[in-house]
Amino acid sequence: MEKFIRILGSRALGTLRTMGKMVIFLAESLYLIVVPPFKFRYLFRQIRFFGTKSLMVILLTGAFTGMVLAIQLFYTLRKFGSDALLGPAVALALIRELGPVLSALMITGRAGSSLTAEIGIMRISEQIDALTTMALNPLRYLSVPNILAAVIAFPLLAAVYDVIGIYGGYLVGVKLLGMSSGTYFSQMEHFVEMSDIRMGIYKSVSFGVIVSWVSCFKGFYTNESGYGAEGVSKSTTEAVVMASVLILIWDYFIGSVLV
Amino acid sequence: MIQIIGLEKSFDGQKVLQGVNMTIADREVVAIIGESGGGKTVLLRHMIGLMKPDKGSIMVDGADMLKMSKGELDKVRDRFGIVFQGSALFDSMTIFENVVFPLREKTDYAESDILDKGRRALEDVGLKGVDEKYPSEISGGMKRRVALARALILEPTTIFFDEPTTGLDPIILNSIHRLIINTHKKYGFTGIIISHEIPEIFAVADKVAMLYGGRIVASGTPDEIKSENDPVVKQFVGASCD
Ligand SMILES: Nc1ncnc2c1ncn2[C@@H]1O[C@H](COP(=O)(O)OP(=O)(O)OP(=O)(O)O)[C@@H](O)[C@H]1O
Ligand SMILES: [Mg+2]
Repeated sequence: MEKFIRILGSRALGTLRTMGKMVIFLAESLYLIVVPPFKFRYLFRQIRFFGTKSLMVILLTGAFTGMVLAIQLFYTLRKFGSDALLGPAVALALIRELGPVLSALMITGRAGSSLTAEIGIMRISEQIDALTTMALNPLRYLSVPNILAAVIAFPLLAAVYDVIGIYGGYLVGVKLLGMSSGTYFSQMEHFVEMSDIRMGIYKSVSFGVIVSWVSCFKGFYTNESGYGAEGVSKSTTEAVVMASVLILIWDYFIGSVLV
Repeated sequence: MIQIIGLEKSFDGQKVLQGVNMTIADREVVAIIGESGGGKTVLLRHMIGLMKPDKGSIMVDGADMLKMSKGELDKVRDRFGIVFQGSALFDSMTIFENVVFPLREKTDYAESDILDKGRRALEDVGLKGVDEKYPSEISGGMKRRVALARALILEPTTIFFDEPTTGLDPIILNSIHRLIINTHKKYGFTGIIISHEIPEIFAVADKVAMLYGGRIVASGTPDEIKSENDPVVKQFVGASCD
């Protein structure tokens, strides 16, 4: 019994320590974002990294999400006799919720995981040590450009997701289920407000911070998950799981606070 | 001057360093020899502040490295050049960008000077036509030489080499050793070289220290080490000489 409590206690302390380290990691990165010298070269490379890695999968999943949404919502809305509102229903669901969340999950799987692996390999091959011993702060080269790049790339990719999804909904609603295309789009303009779009952007930006933060952190401390290639694969998995869970939890919070 | 005093370090109960004492004078080239897995790299990582000892201290020019703030430590590190055992080149950069990276990040030389110095540094280590390649596209021995060029480019006052020549052919090995000797003549840095190249390293080093069982069991000039009576040292040096 005593042993059990001791194990429980050391686990809890370990978790707490990791959380503390994560917060310090983020705080230091955010500090370095505002304090020069800035490394714009790395920023542009990372924006391209997020964009090129994730664009295809965003297009694909975005289209299908819109199509599924249209089918599901069409039958629900028809029950209330308001199937004319299919356009805005699809658009609102995408812009406020599904676009930011699903695109963030996709980017996590695609770019976040390879980011963790890349930084993890830098750790085990002493590249991070090389930076440290050159008296340079590794975070300035690793987490800072990635957090900034994610804050820029996530809303853009979510916007692509929304547009493609709305078009997918259009294909199903108009071409398959026979709605008039005028109704689909004109009602949308009527119901989607700037506040909805802003909500989507806030979410995307914060997801960008979460994903880049968790991915960089897990890569940076790869040695603590294990050694060598195994450590890298473990921290990559952990990063994807943790980022995904945090995205969904944070989505609930921000959704219930900002409404 | 670097003084290592009673350094102890263990990993999960495995005692790697058990009281290392060592003094490295300015402008001296010291070779650290010892069996594989004996803790040479661990010792070096302590000297550059990447590991914290369980016990003991490291003094750099009289200042305790363990008590330094991050800023003070960085000041010390600004004078260091390090060749890691695994080269530690940046995967995402070309060979040339790797070599000039310290120049770009730590100096404000004009672009033309940077290009000049970078080209010269690569020539010095005998590398041509690999500028635009990435580390994954060149051999291990070439990486080692790139790492050497990167470590030397800021003309540091203290250079740590973790097996700079292991795995290189005899001709390159000799040219690297000659490069170390020549740059040392020119700039007079303090050098700490971990090496398995016995007896070749004796021509490079002013002093040789042997790490065995977590301690320095012998140290002295190459001639002293060669005529050392300690059976372990004798066997280690002799085995490689014959
Ligand atoms: N971070 C670490 N965690 C746990 N054990 C370690 C760590 N680093 C080194 N060791 C252990 O310390 C011992 C000494 O390792 P070290 O790398 O210093 O050997 P070495 O003398 O440099 O050998 P080589 O000549 O092969 O490079 C090894 O047994 C190794 O397993
Ligand atoms: Mg070693």
